[in-house]
Amino acid sequence: MEVKVKLNGKLITEDVAADLLLIDFVRAHGCYSVKRGCETANCGLCTVFMDGTPILSCSMLTVRADGHEIQTLEGLQEEAASFIGFIADQGADQCGFCNPGFVMNTIALLRENPDPTDDEIRVFLAGNLCRCTGYEGQLRGIRSYLDSRKG
Amino acid sequence: MEHGNYKAINKSVRKKDSMQLLTGKPVYVDDITPKDALVVKLLRSPHANAMIKEIKTVNALKVPGVVGIYTWEDVPNQRFTNAGQTYPEMSPYDRLILDRHVRCVGDVVAIIAAETEKAALKAMRLIKVTYDVLEAVLDFRTAKDNAVLVHPEDNWIAPVEVGGSNKRNLVASEESSHGDVDAVMADCDIVLDRTYHTKAFNQAMMETFRTYTELDRYGRLHVISSTQIVFHCRRILSRALGIPKSMIRVEKPRIGGGFGAKQTAISEMYPAFVTMKTGRPAKLIFTRKESQIAGSPRHEMEIRVKLGADKTGKIRALDLYTLSNSGAYGEHGPTTVGLSGHKSIPLYTGSLEAHRFNYDVVYTNTMAAGAYRGYGATQGTFALETTVNELAEMLGMDPTEIRDKNMVREGMFMPAYYEETANACALDRCLSHCKEMFDWDAKYPVRDMGNGKVRTAGVAMTMQGSCISFVDVGSATIKVTEDGTYNLIIGAADMGTGCDTILAQMVAECMDCSVDDVAVFGADTDASPYDSGSYASSTTYITGKAVEKACTELKKKLCQIAAGMMNCSEEEVVFENGQVRKINTDQTISMEEIGVKAQVFNTVPAEATATHTSPVSPPPYMVGMVEIELDKLTGQVTVLDCMAVVDCGIAINPALARIQAEGGLVQGIGHTLWENITFNDAGAVAENSLMQYRIPTRLDMGRLKVEFENSYEPTGPFGAKSIGEIVINTPAPALAHAIYRATGVWHRELPITPEKIAMSRPE
Repeated sequence: MEVKVKLNGKLITEDVAADLLLIDFVRAHGCYSVKRGCETANCGLCTVFMDGTPILSCSMLTVRADGHEIQTLEGLQEEAASFIGFIADQGADQCGFCNPGFVMNTIALLRENPDPTDDEIRVFLAGNLCRCTGYEGQLRGIRSYLDSRKG
Repeated sequence: MEHGNYKAINKSVRKKDSMQLLTGKPVYVDDITPKDALVVKLLRSPHANAMIKEIKTVNALKVPGVVGIYTWEDVPNQRFTNAGQTYPEMSPYDRLILDRHVRCVGDVVAIIAAETEKAALKAMRLIKVTYDVLEAVLDFRTAKDNAVLVHPEDNWIAPVEVGGSNKRNLVASEESSHGDVDAVMADCDIVLDRTYHTKAFNQAMMETFRTYTELDRYGRLHVISSTQIVFHCRRILSRALGIPKSMIRVEKPRIGGGFGAKQTAISEMYPAFVTMKTGRPAKLIFTRKESQIAGSPRHEMEIRVKLGADKTGKIRALDLYTLSNSGAYGEHGPTTVGLSGHKSIPLYTGSLEAHRFNYDVVYTNTMAAGAYRGYGATQGTFALETTVNELAEMLGMDPTEIRDKNMVREGMFMPAYYEETANACALDRCLSHCKEMFDWDAKYPVRDMGNGKVRTAGVAMTMQGSCISFVDVGSATIKVTEDGTYNLIIGAADMGTGCDTILAQMVAECMDCSVDDVAVFGADTDASPYDSGSYASSTTYITGKAVEKACTELKKKLCQIAAGMMNCSEEEVVFENGQVRKINTDQTISMEEIGVKAQVFNTVPAEATATHTSPVSPPPYMVGMVEIELDKLTGQVTVLDCMAVVDCGIAINPALARIQAEGGLVQGIGHTLWENITFNDAGAVAENSLMQYRIPTRLDMGRLKVEFENSYEPTGPFGAKSIGEIVINTPAPALAHAIYRATGVWHRELPITPEKIAMSRPE
């Protein structure tokens, strides 16, 4: 089936298999930040934006993205750059495998709620699993970024 | 000895790979290896114990794109172990790449190699296997001397005598004691005799097992794998495939978590076998389901604790017996079990008059267990610390006081810990520090919240090791570049822990340079100096010391080059402030000048390699406390505060040490309250996805707080010990304690689910 997908600002027209998952489509186009962690929509590692809304690309057919705009972390480097250093300062990147999905959802959180409370952060990011950090360091990183903006 | 004023040590610098990871750059196996490699898929057994009568692959081979299908008839008949351990391994040689006898559900029956995943999966469905299904041993309590043998074969080999026998379903067996346990026990006022059951738990690292293989430009097997053990992997592959080690190169890129799972060569031999057969690049990516049902989880253990004490709470005798379930293969079976006693009993060195520790490790027809952070100490700590808490509650003593009365202290000789002396031990300070930080006196009492919920707290302490003494080897190579910066080359594996960074901090401290001036490379069997790999909490302690030694060697070489440049003898120069100075003069030579000189008319290498090993394994210590709210109607446990104080000697990088501790605590909460691996009547794992195997989310772990109490370990780099494993040990006994406080019931089996709590009644 032919699909037209705008991937990180670039229009791609391609004949894809009907059962091709969006995660495999974006990875085939070099978006390696998108990771497969569980295949059952539990871990959040494969989070991408469709028309600005975070979705799980492991549970989305590529054909459903036809006519839509898909963004991955590759296309959001500047927006991510504003806060990821604070997470690095906490050592909360650890193995890094969950980082892109977590960073994507943090971008979505901050767009929707620029000044979240700790509990709002926890709830928004609850679908992003991490096995290394115990989450607290990720929270400290986001918190210190938010505090830095308040000067 | 005291800690000095460090410039780079004990500083929270960013991990060297942080920005690459946080911006999602391609750094993992599947990101950096060719997309057009052959896709490898594995057909797995649906039976727990069966002989393969016939495998028909003729229809499967007709699927367009299928390149090869391999069965037991195609592989070498030489048994090996997948366990990443120093040779000769303690684990038995009980595996073949493919075996006619399948010994657990999920055992590999056939390897399929195809141009695409779709073709491989279609072919898999078309393979027809006829099995002769045999009776299986699924309950590990009935395995020893069972008529059904998991490994009846005659070519089963134990490279090291560990008391095992395949004709008895026995992987290992040992008895050890100190003092007259029976006599002391008979003289005790109180004897508690309790049995605990801990289950298999999956590491559930976010990146599943995966390996890429190809023939390199010299025709050698080049393996890029998500592994903690590049050198052991090379040796395991050599034996499994029957090819010389000189024909194999193993490297690891960034690793998406390991926690011990990747201390076993779970995925490596299958694509390697395909590449050797076809000459083509091959890649195997485990699905999450495969990682769940055919991984390398924690050993299920049943631990019987007999504790003898007097009325004042003095713990006089401990007698432990551990039965460990190794599953269908013996990886790490003989070794994990040892820690259940050797790293729990010594906690009570302060008062203990006698102890005994016996164990059996058995084969069953279930998923093979392996290495998982804590490595047996986690299980033993749960059993012993829960018994000690029960003793305290029985005597009406504060459980922190009973520990204070009995615990190991600095300077004590530990008969139960390989007869080592606790040269660096701040366990007493960890306890008082944690008690104050946690506000124990306020949180320990049971408080009825008036809504069917109660709040209370629990405590536990623990220890681990910092290496495998007399075994582990770590090495480091340091080179000077012509701009005066350094390359650090290691064989240890940073799996997210940050070891690349903390080792660079050690170079910066020794060479008096910035951490940014140290580039780190590892691990690659062709390029790295030998290292056992990253496990047994050893990298900071062993490889770290190798780094320190390599820096000392390098300074000598740099002084030699500089002396030549200043036309004086080596004795007339000194390395200071990151440069070489001629004594009694202001004449100095910079690293940059030495780096340049090293490349012109020079015979002194501007690099050094050092290797380290240790006859001791100094334990880190830790106290953990947890406050819960328990719903008495539903049994729901909500973790409110989870705090710990750790003595790891000194944290080389406090931010990273803290994250390690926090992550370990949350993993510990997971296996205490929800995580579980259960086998159905056919021996299949029920929890085969992250939907059923629920790991903690950020809503589950309450407020974490971790602080440190320093000690100075004289044999460690800059006084450091270890941090990686110990941090997972305290949540289970501390939570079981708090749950008892709230309900009056001691739960001696993990996990302690709301259902179990709601259905239980006080004894």
